[in-house]
Amino acid sequence: MIQHLHPETIRKDFAIFNAHPDLVYLDSAATSQTPIQVTDAVLNYYESFNANVHRTIYSIGNEATQAYEAARKKIADFIGAEDAASVIFTKSATEAINLVAHAWGRKNLSAGDEILITEMEHHSNIVPWQLTAKETGGDLKYIPISQEGELEDWENCISEKTKLVAITHQSNVFGTINPIKELAAKAHAAGALVLVDAAQSVPHSKVNVQELGCDFFAFSGHKMLGPTGVGVLYGKTDLLEKMDPFLGGGEMIKTVTMETSTWNEIPHKFEAGTPNIAQAIGLGAAADYLNDIGMENVYAHEQELLQYTLNALGDLPGITIHGNPKKRGGVVSFNVDGIHPHDAAQFLDDDGIAVRAGHHCAQPIMQKLGVAATCRASAYLYNTKSDIDKLHDSLEKVKSVFN
Amino acid sequence: MAGKPGYQYVMQDIRELYQEVILDHNQNPRNFGPLESANREAEGFNPLCGDQLKLYADIENDAIKDIHFDGSGCAIFKASSSIMTELAKGKSVEEADTLFDQFHELVTTGSADAESLGKLAVMAGVHQYPARVKCASLAWHTLKNILDGSNETVTTE
Repeated sequence: MIQHLHPETIRKDFAIFNAHPDLVYLDSAATSQTPIQVTDAVLNYYESFNANVHRTIYSIGNEATQAYEAARKKIADFIGAEDAASVIFTKSATEAINLVAHAWGRKNLSAGDEILITEMEHHSNIVPWQLTAKETGGDLKYIPISQEGELEDWENCISEKTKLVAITHQSNVFGTINPIKELAAKAHAAGALVLVDAAQSVPHSKVNVQELGCDFFAFSGHKMLGPTGVGVLYGKTDLLEKMDPFLGGGEMIKTVTMETSTWNEIPHKFEAGTPNIAQAIGLGAAADYLNDIGMENVYAHEQELLQYTLNALGDLPGITIHGNPKKRGGVVSFNVDGIHPHDAAQFLDDDGIAVRAGHHCAQPIMQKLGVAATCRASAYLYNTKSDIDKLHDSLEKVKSVFN
Repeated sequence: MAGKPGYQYVMQDIRELYQEVILDHNQNPRNFGPLESANREAEGFNPLCGDQLKLYADIENDAIKDIHFDGSGCAIFKASSSIMTELAKGKSVEEADTLFDQFHELVTTGSADAESLGKLAVMAGVHQYPARVKCASLAWHTLKNILDGSNETVTTE
């Protein structure tokens, strides 16, 4: 059953709102704020059992290893993965996607093979595939998007030439939630694999990689209340086992001679060097925090705020809201007519309101919309309707300065 | 976040950045659009904001006879470009070089000889907004390229 969140209570867990009581933070799609439960977990590692993992005989080393692997299990459970070994810690969602591009793409793609992505991707799910296509002789194809910010005619973009579909779960510009399950079924029927960029969906809704049916699934820690410097790649274990390593070094090997090496088991095969232990433990604490609140409740809260935002901005003349997808998360991109987003965002900042202004690392979308940049307001569990009211009022003020 | 002790922007009034002169140049940019008599051109691009600039100059005997700009971007970018063309027009290449140095010092250190700044003084507020220095600087760096005879596109990244 959906329970109403109490953002006023939740905000007490976030020290940033203590430091800046009037801060209206509407940029969680870029990075989320961090609750004390997460910073405490990170601090506790450094203060109580700071040691390297998987290497030591002594007890705090064992404690560190246990905490690190417990975090992996928490993340596996959080996304419905069947096996903790299918969860690889990376430094970011970007690195997770690059890992697949290197370790799977370069081995399995050749001339004439198609990599299918969409026009609504973040640069992190475009550039790695441009590089891979160039190296392998493969072709990079795009599923087009409509002015509403939805995929167009994706069914007919998948063919027997398609070897990989790499697609965002939720657009960071329009908030569009894409039909991954249907798309994965169609892709698999054509013999293609599916990689999902879930950086914008995992923090805001309940996800289950097995239900979605994807082969790879990438997301970042800092957008889901976790620390920066940790991301996650989920991969189906049989695929990960067949893949070559991404980075070489310690931890990822079984044996090393002067001539050659053999690889460790997954997930360690893909975690060369000392991993981001503190950050992974912090991310595990973030998953605990979100589980306690309930992802269904987080989603419902954001849907309510989304409708409230669309109504509030819709009431203002001279505001263009970009896209109108039927199924969307709590992200709203807009422009104030005649005012550059950087100017608008500067005035909003003056009122203590943090929104993103720019191309959102999605320049192909900006080209499609025919704008250089947009403002973007994105909500999370700590945002209130009063935050949106302040955004509305401040935008009115901005308009009066420039007109 | 205005009003928070210890916060860098605490003493700033945003209207020091967006002065009337800036808003006016944004609304009615001077020397705007292509210049037919141009014998030098240079482009500038600010990847972070998407500010795009094309600068046209008619330079003869080391004197800037005319200079125009074209492009799109935020108010700070547009006003700074507009003011730059007004200041550079009619100057010698050497004088324009000096102007560039003054501007550069003004937006990076916030200090400059107020007496000699003239119209440039309205850009003083930019220094307090590090994220906006690039917006204000693009036209000036592109001018510098023209003065140095370089054809490379200026990018602020």
